[in-house]
Amino acid sequence: MSTTDHGRSGPAGEPPGGSGPLDGRTPYQEVQDSPEFAALRRRFRRVVFPLTALFLFWYLLYVLLADYAHGFMSTRLGDSNITIGLLLGLSQFVMTFAITTVYVRWANKRFDPAAEELRQRVEGVR
Amino acid sequence: MSALTTGLSTAAAAGTDIGNPWVNIAIFGAFVAVTLTVVLRASKNNRTAADFYAGGRAFTGRQNGVAIAGDYLSAASFLGIAGAIALYGYDGFLYSIGFLVAWLVALLLVAELLRNTGRFTMADVLSFRLRERPVRTAAAISTLAVSFFYLLAQMAGAGGLVSLLLGIDSRAGQNVVIAVVGTLMILYVLVGGMKGTTWVQIIKACLLVTGAGIMTVWVLSRYGFNLSDLLGAAVAAPGSAGEALIGPGAQYGASEVSKLNFLSLSLALVFGTAGLPHVLMRFYTVPSSKEARRSVVWAIWIIGVFYLFTLVIGYGAGAIVGAEVIRAAPGGVNSAAPLLAFELGGTILLGIIAAVAFATILAVVAGLAITASASFAHDIYASVLKKGQVDPDGEVRVARLTVVVIGAVAIVGGIFAQGQNVAFLVALAFAVAASANLPTIIYSLFWKGFTTRGAMWSIYGGLISCLVLIAFSPVVSGKVDPNTGASLSVIRDTSVDFSWFPLENPGLVTIPLAFFLGWLGSVLGKERGNEKRAAEMEVRSLTGAGAEKAVQH
Repeated sequence: MSTTDHGRSGPAGEPPGGSGPLDGRTPYQEVQDSPEFAALRRRFRRVVFPLTALFLFWYLLYVLLADYAHGFMSTRLGDSNITIGLLLGLSQFVMTFAITTVYVRWANKRFDPAAEELRQRVEGVR
Repeated sequence: MSALTTGLSTAAAAGTDIGNPWVNIAIFGAFVAVTLTVVLRASKNNRTAADFYAGGRAFTGRQNGVAIAGDYLSAASFLGIAGAIALYGYDGFLYSIGFLVAWLVALLLVAELLRNTGRFTMADVLSFRLRERPVRTAAAISTLAVSFFYLLAQMAGAGGLVSLLLGIDSRAGQNVVIAVVGTLMILYVLVGGMKGTTWVQIIKACLLVTGAGIMTVWVLSRYGFNLSDLLGAAVAAPGSAGEALIGPGAQYGASEVSKLNFLSLSLALVFGTAGLPHVLMRFYTVPSSKEARRSVVWAIWIIGVFYLFTLVIGYGAGAIVGAEVIRAAPGGVNSAAPLLAFELGGTILLGIIAAVAFATILAVVAGLAITASASFAHDIYASVLKKGQVDPDGEVRVARLTVVVIGAVAIVGGIFAQGQNVAFLVALAFAVAASANLPTIIYSLFWKGFTTRGAMWSIYGGLISCLVLIAFSPVVSGKVDPNTGASLSVIRDTSVDFSWFPLENPGLVTIPLAFFLGWLGSVLGKERGNEKRAAEMEVRSLTGAGAEKAVQH
């Protein structure tokens, strides 16, 4: 039997949307205010926000080029039938695969251990 | 010129009764038999809500990643994109790029945090720290709307596929097939729950990618594995769009409005994927956020490689089958890939590809049905109507009942939508997902100041603006094919035209609007948030503390 099937309450024992224990603060609030959690959040956002900005920029630039710069995108490379547009399109695939790999490496190596430590802190004090 | 074209199309039409419908049906029957066996096996241990909705959260990241690909790669993205590349070349390719890049939004911003915070549905996350009932209701309505549009498009597409692949041309025959697809869908979901649905999607994804891979290698081998030679052959093929095939603009470049249309579609695709409820729900089927991350990685690789395959298949169909034959075939654009399969591997390969296309529809509609039923039973029935005072068994009973209702609605809707101009429904589903769902997901995960009012404004604002703009767009009335004079709108009467919004995809307006409304609603109100829930949500989303665990049997 699982722990998830007993009613609908969260780990702090309060119904979703409820106000929680009236006395004092929850372990979640303690952790939220800790410098370690602030550092974890900062680290996470410092990685995912720039990566998001990067792929959105490259994707939108590509879409705009494909939409409004037909001549440039239809330029052939040498005497092959490969065009700049096709190459830039394939670069979107490369970018997607590359960002995925970079992010996952970082998350497995850097993010998970720090997150795990804080998780144990919350779950340990219950 | 036109006489030549007519002559060619007649010749092509005569030659399109290809393959053997019985082979196609037999291979599809084998797929149904195998998947039903698997679903029956998976149906043991299917009692609790976590089992029914989330497959006990016991799938590995890799299994779930394959299933996500199976859920996401619809018949439209296989037959539709391959066909678009065959006829319009580069512009068809553009379409697939949006579908792929969108997964980075899911990977970086949504998947892990959502897995850590929610239980079964998107609404779990959105209503976590806001006032539960109004937000949950809004999120459920938007979930049901997206699922319904998507489901209707798939069911209507099934009818068209039938005439193409099984040689069933009569309306009645196609209706029977739609009913069979709907019934199988109900059976899969009812018996197998999320576990069964997931296995159907995994099997289908493997078949689809393998089939597409074989065709890709086969096509490339004909051109000495030289992509440039393949492109050259496609450009030189009689009846092709010529040079326009290898540069952008053949489909979207016609006018300034069509360019804006494409921009709008690109935005809806990239922001819509991570707001599709049936995609989001898949993240709950794994035991942890780390596995959720892994599933997205697997999905990205499979989907990316698959779209590279469709690039080769599309140009291959243009080069080997030819645009004239494709245009004249019963399924039009959608017939490019099956025709190519027949050209390459004869009856057997066509049968396999046809069966895979059917399996694709089946797997996608099953995923949509379980998502819609979970949203109704878990969000509306259990949380809003019963205020959480319902035992999990009762909730699952309602979910199962909902599956039957949804299946019936899908069958009836599919029969009515058949033969209508409903291709816009998938784009509409993406636009609603990008406008009504994604802004609220992002705000509630990343912005402390987000309030209940902001969520309501953003969800309803995004949903309503999408529906209104679509209703007054050329999609619904007033779009006429300049060559044939036939109506391309939902309303076939060409004298009726009440459209004033020029774009066929509303995303360009509605996505920024929904983000703006979410911000405005939040800063205008004086709502004091629930600090304890907000702290729990933030800590939980990043660390995974208190996240739902896998079910131990």
